[in-house]
Amino acid sequence: MSTSSPTAPLATAANDRAVPLSLSRVRSAWLFVTPMLIVMVLVAGWPLARTLWFSLTDADLKDLGAAKFIGLDNYVGPYSVTTDPDWWRAVFNTLRFAVVSVAIETVLGMVVALVLDADFPGRSIVRAAVLVPWAIPTIVSAKMWAWMMNDQFGVLNRVLMALHVVGHPLAWTANPSLAMPSVIMVDVWKTTPFMALLILAALQMLPKDCYEAARVDGVSPVKVFFRVTLPLIRPALMVAVIFRLLDALRIFDLIYVLTSSSKDTMSMSVYARQQLVDFQQVGLGSAASTLLFLMVALCTALYITLGRVNFDGDAR
Amino acid sequence: MADVRLRAVNKRFGSVQVINAVDLDVGEGEFCVFVGPSGCGKSTLLRIVAGLEDVSSGTLAIGGRDVTRLPPSARGVAMVFQSYALYPHMTVYDNMAFGLTLAKTDTQDIDARVRKAAEILSLTPLLGRLPKALSGGQRQRVAIGRAIVRKPGVFLFDEPLSNLDAALRVQTRIEIAKLHASLGASMIYVTHDQVEAMTLADKIVLLNSGEAMTRDGSVAQVGKPLDLYHRPANLFVAGFIGSPRMNILKGVVAAASGERAEVAFRDGSRAAARVDAGAATIGDAVFLGIRPEHVAIGTGEGVAGTASHVEHLGEASYVYLESPALDGLLTVRQAGDTPARAGETLAVTLPPQHCHLFDAAGRAFPRHMEPGAHTTRSLITAMT
Amino acid sequence: MTKLLQRAGLYGLAAIITVYSLFPFYYAIVSSTKTGSALFRADLLPRLNLGNYAAVLSQGVFLRNILNSVVVAVAVVAVSLFIGLTASYALGRVTFRGRKLLLLSILGISMFPQVAVLSGLFELIRALGLYDSLPGLMLAYLIFTLPFTVWVLTTFMRDLPKELEEAAIMDGATPWVIVRKVFMPLLWPALVTTGLLAFIGAWNEFLYALTFTLSPEKRTVPVAIALLSGSSQFELPWGPIMAASVVVTVPVVGLVLIFQRRIVSGLTAGAVKG
Repeated sequence: MSTSSPTAPLATAANDRAVPLSLSRVRSAWLFVTPMLIVMVLVAGWPLARTLWFSLTDADLKDLGAAKFIGLDNYVGPYSVTTDPDWWRAVFNTLRFAVVSVAIETVLGMVVALVLDADFPGRSIVRAAVLVPWAIPTIVSAKMWAWMMNDQFGVLNRVLMALHVVGHPLAWTANPSLAMPSVIMVDVWKTTPFMALLILAALQMLPKDCYEAARVDGVSPVKVFFRVTLPLIRPALMVAVIFRLLDALRIFDLIYVLTSSSKDTMSMSVYARQQLVDFQQVGLGSAASTLLFLMVALCTALYITLGRVNFDGDAR
Repeated sequence: MADVRLRAVNKRFGSVQVINAVDLDVGEGEFCVFVGPSGCGKSTLLRIVAGLEDVSSGTLAIGGRDVTRLPPSARGVAMVFQSYALYPHMTVYDNMAFGLTLAKTDTQDIDARVRKAAEILSLTPLLGRLPKALSGGQRQRVAIGRAIVRKPGVFLFDEPLSNLDAALRVQTRIEIAKLHASLGASMIYVTHDQVEAMTLADKIVLLNSGEAMTRDGSVAQVGKPLDLYHRPANLFVAGFIGSPRMNILKGVVAAASGERAEVAFRDGSRAAARVDAGAATIGDAVFLGIRPEHVAIGTGEGVAGTASHVEHLGEASYVYLESPALDGLLTVRQAGDTPARAGETLAVTLPPQHCHLFDAAGRAFPRHMEPGAHTTRSLITAMT
Repeated sequence: MTKLLQRAGLYGLAAIITVYSLFPFYYAIVSSTKTGSALFRADLLPRLNLGNYAAVLSQGVFLRNILNSVVVAVAVVAVSLFIGLTASYALGRVTFRGRKLLLLSILGISMFPQVAVLSGLFELIRALGLYDSLPGLMLAYLIFTLPFTVWVLTTFMRDLPKELEEAAIMDGATPWVIVRKVFMPLLWPALVTTGLLAFIGAWNEFLYALTFTLSPEKRTVPVAIALLSGSSQFELPWGPIMAASVVVTVPVVGLVLIFQRRIVSGLTAGAVKG
């Protein structure tokens, strides 16, 4: 009754190995991962190890090969990173920047996210507008704001004076007490969209029925926000905040372009690079880099555990 | 077409055993259905035959070759998935041709095979379409077509009807049966629906789950559909096959012989079963089983009580009887309408030739069945 | 009445947010159209004066710098997507020992502060003879584009249906065929998103570009703009700087606006969902 001739299985490449499926898949997996591994070791693993090594030597940029091992002298010796008041200044700057910046971005980001979550005509225009600061390259943002904050011709000073908030033009980036606030101001402008997007994603995943119930009950929107919304998005919010904090600890571009190597705003990254490139002190610079790396690594561990980042998850 | 032989197959996921000691044969050209409650491992067993899961121990042979360690495409099998799993970006033609293209089959051969399969499944006008432009039933046919073109020794179906609505399900069920008849291929079919099992199978494999699986092995009973219907090997099989479920009545042995056994219920009423009860002793706790369609309303050897509830379906009526003889309700199926009313006192007879007997452990005593028990008439009344 | 107030408040807030977001860029455009002493005046409307643009684009190597940025970003993104695609298949769909550790390291690497590898990378690039060259930058950029690409693509890979893959396996497809012929067509939106985000990251990069290039014609755009200097040591050519900024920003902003939805979903996939 059957018109088909049976069983000779099709000669595909998969048949050539008399190996069960699970085994061949694992082998293929390792094959697929190897290029990435090679690149990562080359570009990340090895340089990191070298930096670590350099931090334990007296290396100089002019002649890296002549580096001699000096143990932890770059870390704790008499002429080391931890005895350099500029380093601690940099640490303080970075921490201050990170905390203040992220705090403001979170609050503003929350406001923006709430606005974007609401339904009103023109919402898409606002959303597009909000993406623009994020899209603009950091250097360009720095230059644009530097121009706006220019002490003689900047529009910021002009507006403030016109509103009688200040009596004379302020030197935003040059004035030591205003420099960090300027940097924070630009970073907030640039990064709030990112926070807003993350928070918006979390908001949009919330079940709508809570709100409808609250509305039927006549609860005021403010109360709804603090009692219902906030607790529900807290986990996602925590993850976003830590993610941003990690980013903020690494800051380099903005500070360098806006205030160059000024001690008032120098971040740890700026300090490390200054040691490395400007002062040619590869040993010290590497030590500073390593310390920063350890700090970030600690926070990353926090992020991974608190955020319960998903490392499992087979295909569903 | 090829036969399938499983020997001593076990499967564990980590420390959890899901398949226990399966010995099974599927003959050439046979339509074999794996059926059972959820968690019994029927899909896993199918995937083991397919090669998508490895066995933890045991062997598998297809068409006489040991395929235990071979990858799926080397086994000469083809699978139809529950969700059809059509390649969304490929046309119906390309979906069906994909496996053959990978095997570098000659293009003319591919074309011939695809068109032949499309013709069998009435898919020819749809060959240029993408899956998203097809209905559920059409997608399912494409999935089947994809299997047909591979000319496999064994077709594997993983609950193919569960994503279809009720009407389509019946129609497709008939199409699959006709397909089997015309292709004559060996087919292994997994379902949780015992109606599909009864109507499609040449052979049913009913699988145990949970404790019964660990204790007795995965296979509860293997046999022709009507064998499982008329001679369930244990309480589990008896309860699974047949809808509505068989009535199970608790009692004790009052008399036993090689020809029949008499069972006494707690209020003294009695019933008898035509079974070989030679191994039973008087006083043993037993279960008497009788299907709702075999219970007759009237006085005689049976039980009495009040009709607690009556359901009218038009084609049949169900009377639920409460009786001091029994713990639960006795379901009685009557063809057409019934004069019985709720609250009425009622007596029912339990004809011995239709009664099953199970020992305290749930094992069935062998039944003596009248020749002609498989007549067309009883077949029709038996099938719901 | 409160409803009306709420509505008004909402629109007011939306307006403030929009102005706050767009004003600096708008002002940059305005400033870029002013030359000479016009810069020092307060008006907020752009003029039809493209002098600054002409100056920036014709003088020196700015056009070359734009080309450099494009070449580097495209190359890095292409390599990252290719390597990332295969790696993400393994990491997202195959269970193998060491997978967790690999994913952990990838996440870790993407969190590296760039300075942490600066000295090591510097030595490596110099040793390979790639200092002050575009390939040197491409190599360095992989340190952040590759982990990011792998991470985001793995998330997308995980979400593809298992039965589809199994059907392909039954059809005799090797993993490479599955990636190429079954998954890639389904993944191309994810590839576009990831590619775009990685492109923007590479386009924006400053530290490595600053440290690993020397000659003006090897610079990328961010460095070029940062180092744009005027005729005298103390005078910054704001007009040309704004013009350069606008030139560099308009394409990126354009891309982001066009691919808004994709970018947003890619960002959240990478960061929050994890």
